[in-house]
Amino acid sequence: MKVDLAVLGAGPAGANAALAAAGHGLSVAVIDENAAAGGQVWRAPAPSVTRDDADARDGAALREKLRISTVEHLDSATAWLIARDDAWRVDVARHGRSETVTADALVIATGAHERVMPFPGWTLPGVIGLAAATILLKANGVLPGQRTVVAGCGPLLSLVAASILKAGGTVAAVVDLASRAEWLGALPALAARPDLLARGALWRARIAAARVPVFHRHTVIRAEGTERLGAVRLGRVDAEGRLVPGAPEVAIAADALAIGHGLVPDTAATRLLRLRHRYDAASGWVAARDGTLAGSVARLWLAGEVGGIGGAAVAALQGRLAGLAAAQALGRSAAAAEAAQLQAGIARAGRAAAAMSWMMRPRPAMAGGITPETIVCRCEDVPRAAIEAAIAAGARDLNQVKQWTRCGMGPCQGRMCGEAAASLLAPHVGGRENVAPWTGRPPLRPVSADDLLGDFDYADIPIPAPAPP
Amino acid sequence: MRVDGRDVVATPGISVAAALLAAGIVVLRRSPAGDTPRGAFCLMGVCQECTVLIEGRAERACMIAVRDGIAVSLRGPHAE
Ligand SMILES: Cc1cc2nc3c(=O)[nH]c(=O)nc-3n(C[C@H](O)[C@H](O)[C@H](O)COP(=O)(O)OP(=O)(O)OC[C@H]3O[C@@H](n4cnc5c(N)ncnc54)[C@H](O)[C@@H]3O)c2cc1C
Ligand code: FES
Repeated sequence: MKVDLAVLGAGPAGANAALAAAGHGLSVAVIDENAAAGGQVWRAPAPSVTRDDADARDGAALREKLRISTVEHLDSATAWLIARDDAWRVDVARHGRSETVTADALVIATGAHERVMPFPGWTLPGVIGLAAATILLKANGVLPGQRTVVAGCGPLLSLVAASILKAGGTVAAVVDLASRAEWLGALPALAARPDLLARGALWRARIAAARVPVFHRHTVIRAEGTERLGAVRLGRVDAEGRLVPGAPEVAIAADALAIGHGLVPDTAATRLLRLRHRYDAASGWVAARDGTLAGSVARLWLAGEVGGIGGAAVAALQGRLAGLAAAQALGRSAAAAEAAQLQAGIARAGRAAAAMSWMMRPRPAMAGGITPETIVCRCEDVPRAAIEAAIAAGARDLNQVKQWTRCGMGPCQGRMCGEAAASLLAPHVGGRENVAPWTGRPPLRPVSADDLLGDFDYADIPIPAPAPP
Repeated sequence: MRVDGRDVVATPGISVAAALLAAGIVVLRRSPAGDTPRGAFCLMGVCQECTVLIEGRAERACMIAVRDGIAVSLRGPHAE
């Protein structure tokens, strides 16, 4: 397939980039491995789920706009390779075969995934991510368990706890790294978003009404169980996320634990392309972009959370801006006034978003809770002790840790362990900003060899005549 | 769904991972290196912990929607 613009990711950012560019006359293909557009926050609910909240409405509206547009939506399509020759080339695995999309311009809008800092027992079935729980509840209408502990940091804590209660489930406890005072301090930045303030207040009221115990400045020390989760043990932490020595522990019976420590930009594609990246205190390593969202090479734009955690409103505006920029670069006349308006909107929405991503940040001393036996790399079962041994033997960047220990070498390609491995390395190299992320390698996501081969048949291979003896 | 040859009642259209969880099936596989039990974790297609055989293909259960009679096998190559 050949188009003017290829967009990777059909979340708020990517879908809006595609719509804006198509609106200015570009032929556009948007690629996403989900069956429907919407990304994480506007993920399409299953037909059995009836919802009428703002996110559900925004998602439905976006999917309708896409449906009636000229945008070619490659759904259920996993992009596994991106390269640039004369044009951009994106290889996607779809419906059991691989196809190539070529394009003059590219928008990368791959969003973010969740950060969960490891703790003993976090690999037990029954332990899931906090953002993961939003997917279960909002898109599938399924509870994480009979009795769920909700833990971590940021606004998803109240969202998940309140959603479980609304669905008729039981929340055994809410465990928040932040203090009450930290939350109060974040309120002024939300003044421009009364909708978010009102939602937050509603969630908290629901949690209070159900008399759910809320532990501020606490963390999960350990998840307990043999084949699956049976209990969660909590302890008090200081502002840096360090366990307070001697403080009493609390054990809570639970068959589910939803825990998350913020979001990590999914830079697999931007690292594969060897773009310039920069370190940001709240979002970590992100792909660098300028005021028009252009990346560090020509005809490439970066929209949404791949360039920094900013929430749905910012992502959607950035998507439009990137789509306009691409249209302009390919010779279509896009109104400069609209771009300026979008930039002003991004700055306005950015303030509330920055406050929320600050509440979601990982606390600096959290790696202290990872005991030597705790598995850091889930895919390859690499414990902290093995990583420390590699560092003691001289490993000084993440790639070396990977080659030494296999940490980050498994099928998730370092997405689940990267943050933890980086924070173990950080004190040895002068801080997180000195720990560059893993080198990007294809495939972007695991892809089956069958899909790559497609309808290939051995009988079709031309076999040269054997060399004379 | 047919899970390892057994009938499991599931809601069509939700993800196979969500349906297994709703049916109380939490342990989906064992980790290849350490042989420890694993279940769905990220539910967004990233961690690969929910990889099982669906209609004979290795798939992420959180990315595939339930349809009538869909065959799921939790007995991967490491089960026997
Ligand atoms: C699990 C989860 C739940 C969240 N829930 C909420 C919430 O309830 N409320 C809220 O305000 N915010 C939520 N967030 C924050 C959310 O990330 C943003 O609000 C918003 O979705 C960001 O938009 P985006 O377009 O930048 O990225 P996303 O919405 O993340 O979209 C990126 C898209 O790119 C696709 N993609 C990435 N790589 C590939 C590839 N190689 N091939 C094919 N497709 C690919 C992904 O499948 C995804 O659909 C959540 C985040 C996560 C991770
Ligand atoms: S639960 Fe992580 S990929 Fe399915």
